[in-house]
Formats: sequence, C-alpha cells, structure tokens
Amino acid sequence: MTTASTPTPGPGAKPAPETKPTAPRTPRSWLRDHSELGVGALLLALGVLVLNDALTMDVDITQRGPVGPKTVPVVVGVGLLVVAALLAVDVLRGGRGQAETGEDVDLGEPADWRTVLLLSGVFLGSAVLIEPLGFPAAGALLFWGAAYALGSRRVDRDPLIAAVLSLAAYALFDKLLGVPLPGGPLMGVL
Amino acid sequence: MNALNSLMDGFGTALTPLNLLWAAVGVLLGTAIGVLPGIGPAMAVALLLPVTYGLDPTGAFIMFAGIYYGAMFGGSTTSILLNTPGESAAVVAAMEGNPMAKSGRGAQALAAAAVGHFAGGMVGTLLLVALAPTVAELAVDIGAPDYFAIMVLAFIAVTSVLGSSRIRGLASLLIGLTIGLIGLDQMTGQQRLTFGSLHLADGVDVVIVAVGLFAIGEALWVAAHLRRRPPEPIPVGRPWLGRADLRRAWKSWARGPFIGFPFGAIPAGGAEIPTFLSYVTEKRLSKHKDEWGKGAIEGVAGPESAASASAAGTLVSMLTLGLPTTAVAAVMLAAFQQYGIQPGPLLFEREPDLVWGLIASLFVGMVLLLALNLPLAPLWAKLLRVPRPYLYAGIMFFAAVGAYAVGGEVIDLVLLLVIGLIGFGMRRYGLPVLPAVIGVILGPAAEQQLRRALQISDGSVTGLVNTPFSVTVYAVVVLLLAWPLLRKALPRRTTTTPEAPEPRTPSGRSA
Repeated sequence: MTTASTPTPGPGAKPAPETKPTAPRTPRSWLRDHSELGVGALLLALGVLVLNDALTMDVDITQRGPVGPKTVPVVVGVGLLVVAALLAVDVLRGGRGQAETGEDVDLGEPADWRTVLLLSGVFLGSAVLIEPLGFPAAGALLFWGAAYALGSRRVDRDPLIAAVLSLAAYALFDKLLGVPLPGGPLMGVL
Repeated sequence: MNALNSLMDGFGTALTPLNLLWAAVGVLLGTAIGVLPGIGPAMAVALLLPVTYGLDPTGAFIMFAGIYYGAMFGGSTTSILLNTPGESAAVVAAMEGNPMAKSGRGAQALAAAAVGHFAGGMVGTLLLVALAPTVAELAVDIGAPDYFAIMVLAFIAVTSVLGSSRIRGLASLLIGLTIGLIGLDQMTGQQRLTFGSLHLADGVDVVIVAVGLFAIGEALWVAAHLRRRPPEPIPVGRPWLGRADLRRAWKSWARGPFIGFPFGAIPAGGAEIPTFLSYVTEKRLSKHKDEWGKGAIEGVAGPESAASASAAGTLVSMLTLGLPTTAVAAVMLAAFQQYGIQPGPLLFEREPDLVWGLIASLFVGMVLLLALNLPLAPLWAKLLRVPRPYLYAGIMFFAAVGAYAVGGEVIDLVLLLVIGLIGFGMRRYGLPVLPAVIGVILGPAAEQQLRRALQISDGSVTGLVNTPFSVTVYAVVVLLLAWPLLRKALPRRTTTTPEAPEPRTPSGRSA
C-alpha cells in the first residue's frame, strides 16, 4: 500500500479496523500505529488558536470595507478544525501518510531521535553564540557540531573544513554581497 | 514582431559581463547542488534566497534561472549514476539511465540527458518567448477578482493534483495560510497571531519559511533515517554519443518539449507527469522495444527534454500570471516579493529589462549548461561521494546563514528551527511541503485581493465572479475538485490493476 488516500473499496463498504486479524494489540502498539492522530490533534489545537485570536480581535474602529481582518482567520481556523476531523477519520479508517523517501533516506530503520535532538541542540547553541562569538566562530561550531551529530569523527579534518567554510561564507556575504554579519572578537583580532 | 525586439534588448542585458557571470555561476552552482544527493532545485533556490539581499533583481533572477535549469540537469545525473532519485522529476531518468550506466554506457546516458536538457530548454524557452507576451496582454486588465480566482486555483491545484492525499495536502495548505496570517493585517494594521510579540508583528519572512521547510526540515528528516552505507555511484567518463545513439535519440529530444512545456505551464505538478508521459510515448514509438528496462537511450533523451521544457512552461505562468506551478517557481515568487516586484501581467510592462533579460539569459544559460556539463561530468560524478555528514551539516550551515541574513536577529534562527521541525513532522506523516509554502507566499496576497474585490462590489459576493476571466478560472477549479468523482462515474478502462499507472516508487527501493 503506497498511497496515503483513504482506501475506498466500494460504495457503502466501510472498512472496520477492529476486525483486522492481527496480533493481540496492546494500547501502546495501537497508539504507535495511530501516531498520526497526533497530527490531527495539533491541527485541532492550531485551529482553536487561530479562531481564538480572530474572535478576540477588537476591530470595529479600524475595520474598512465589508471584509475586515477577522474574516480570513475565521475561515482558516474553521478549515483547520474540519481538516483535523477529516484526518482523524482517515487515520482511524486505515489511511496513512506516506513518509518521504530520498537518496539518503533509509526507512527500513527506526527513526534515530538522538541525532535529530543533537542536531537541533547544536543549531540552537550556535544561534545563541552568534552574537557573543561572531558569525565565523559560531558558524564553524555549527558545521562541526552538525557533522559530529551526523556521525563524522574526523577530529583532524572536520574543524578545518568547518573553519574554512565559515570564513568563506562570512567573506562572501559580509564583504562581497554586502549582507552584514557580525564578525565578533575573532575578526576584530584578524 | 515586438517580442523579438524585446528579446534582442534582453540579450543586451543578459550579455553584459556581470550578468553573464551570474548566469555561469547559477548554472555551475545549480548543477553542483543538483548533483549533490538530497538537494533538489527547490532547496537550492531557497538556500540561495539570501543573495537577493546583496544583488540587483536582474542579476539575481538570471542566477536563479541558471540554478533552476542546472539543478534539474544535476538531478538527472544523480538518478543515472545512483538509481535513488530524490526528486520526483528525476525518477524516470533512472528507469533507463541507470541500466545504461550499469552496462557501461553511463557516458552515453549522461550525454543523452545533457543534450535532452539543452533541446528541451531551447524549445521551451522559444515557446515562452512566443506565448508569454500574448498571455500577459490578454491578462493585462485583470482585476482583483481575477487575481483572487487565480490564487484559489493555485491553492486547489496544489492540494488536489499533487500528492496522494487531498486531506494531507489541505492540512499543509492551512498550516501555510496560518503562518501567512502572522503579523499586522496589511489593510488595517490589526495585529494577528502575534501574541504581543514585536518580532512577530513584522510577520514571518518567506525566506525563513522556505528555508525552514525545504532545508532544515529535509536535513532533520534525513538525519533521522540516514543510510548507514550511502549507495555507490557508478564511475563514468566524459559523456559522448556515437552516430547510432544520435540517430535513435534525436526524435526523442524533439518530441519531449511538446509534452513537457504544456504540463509545466499548468498547475499539474511540474515535471513529474510529463517525464512519465514522455517515457511511455518513447517506449511505444521505439523500434528497439526489447531494450526497454535494460537501458534504452530514448528513455533518457525524451523525458529529460520534457523535464527541461516543463521548467520553461513553469516560468510562463509564474511571470505572466504570478501563478507558481512548482516548488521552485514558488520560491522564485518569494524572491520577487523580496524585491517588492509582483509577477503578473503588468510585469512585462513595468519591468521589461528584468523580464527580457531573464528570458534571454535562459538561452545563454542553456548554452553554458551544455558547454560546461559535458566536460565536467566526471567531476560532478565525484560529488556523489561527498560524505553525508558534511553534506547535511553544510545544508544546516547555509540555512542558518540565510535566515540570519534576513534581519540579523537570533530569534529568526529559533523560528527557522521551529519551522524546520514542522517540516520534519510533515515529511514523517506524508504532508506535502509545497502547499504550505504556496500558502505562505500567496495567502496574504490572496486575502488582499479578496478584500479589494469585495470592497469594489460593496460586500456583494457577486463581485468575485463578475468577469469572464474569473468565471473561467472557477470553472477549472470546480473541474479539479470534481475530478475524482467524475473519474469514478466514468467507466474505467483498467479495473484490475489500480496501482499500475503509478510510477512513483522506482524499483530497487524498499518501501
């Protein structure tokens, strides 16, 4: 089954997920099977958020024309609620979103959350360091850290590549293209 | 003819040394990035959006066009030598190209692809020159209701034609529209979804959304599922074609553009459908049917030519109507917005230098592409061996540069990561990314046109359908929406094998 659309075996024939002859299911495995319901929940939360923001808007003075700033958010919010419901129904009836494939993607293995967390951490850490350390240093840390998170352990080569790449990008943007990036204390010394 | 004069002026713009340099940089960069596994044309253009802060629009778009064509060509190189295409448009290239490479004819496969891209791009761009001014002229006095109708068409097309699940496409679109709502309402200055944050009051920059969804989302997704052993590329020499190959391929090169161009111009998923159609056509017309599946050169030449021409078709709708039909076009539209330029019928009147310079540079880029890629192919093939940690660390790095360059604020990087995590989740659960990007880019504009149209009609909904143009567009929208029902109602030709016409999953990959 490769498509993610609702399987429609025929008019009127509703598939009943409960009758599938599978191994004894624990609540946990059911949840894992239906983790896509979480997407529906997030869409629901987003819809509530958008609607709440729209309906608490105070617009009577500023409103110009027949359609004020409220209308579109209300439509989008309602749309989110409807899609959340439709998605939940689709998932309960056996529909599944097809995870994206790619050249370097191996879906046979379970997701490696450690790498994802490490990468996100490295990214956030470097972002915070841009202002105190300057872009070249923080950028090099970002590249080195990300390469490390992704499994590269060449202590001789990795920092070197990171430094060269970061300095080159800094020179390209700051000096050549005129997009200001903070040089930090390091560039002050050089 | 007027278009010819304008085109000549365009060549005057495109052939200045500096613009020639941008075209060459774009083509080289595009090919290199396209060859790199995991980076498609859309991510390439998104990662390079920050250069728009430092370049004049003409130079930037000449470079983007070079990147677009270069990245599409590079993608087919990856398919032929690795057989694991990431871009849907390059799937077909692997079907005959990879068997060719395996049997030692990789050089011929690459040459057939390169010439195919050249031929398709040339014919496609000629069609663009012939058609675009006419379309722009026809559309020149379209008003707010018509613009709104076009945007509705873009929303519906992108959610219901592309991807395999309409619900998930719609969910993605609504996520995009929600992000587009953040900030001050353009007409009244009302704060929306800003939660009192000054930073959010400026809205979320399109660059951050595009880079976050395309680059960070992809890098995180790959990181979670990184192959332990990346596939080994097949070594290849300098591309060349023998006389027998030429005799077989030239008709396929000539046919491809006429399949690719129309599909590029309509919102039907870019190069995916036309490359497959071209493949089927070539297979039916081939005199060497026994070779198909084992490396028939027509199966590379035709689809690659169609893919390249579809890119030109994409530019017709983007430049004349402001309607993005592919992810790359969507990101290029975002680049136009960065410059405060609204693509649409008036673009040809207001920015003739830019438009014709861009079109002329497509011809220049095509020649550069052919001249550079044949000798450089062995070098490109080496790029396939780049260690994956460096590749994805590099993507993270350049994404960070781009997002930081937007406003020089660290909070933008945090926002980038959040949007990247959304992109990660979307990839995990099969939500297509393109509708979200289109929603962010077109959402605010669509709202403005809607409100403008209703202001003119004093709130009457008929104000949205009071022009022949908008009525026609809505008819197309209804047709798109009703298509699955219609197809069900019509008698089906193939009743037993519903999976057969889906070429998406190439052989040799575990699902």
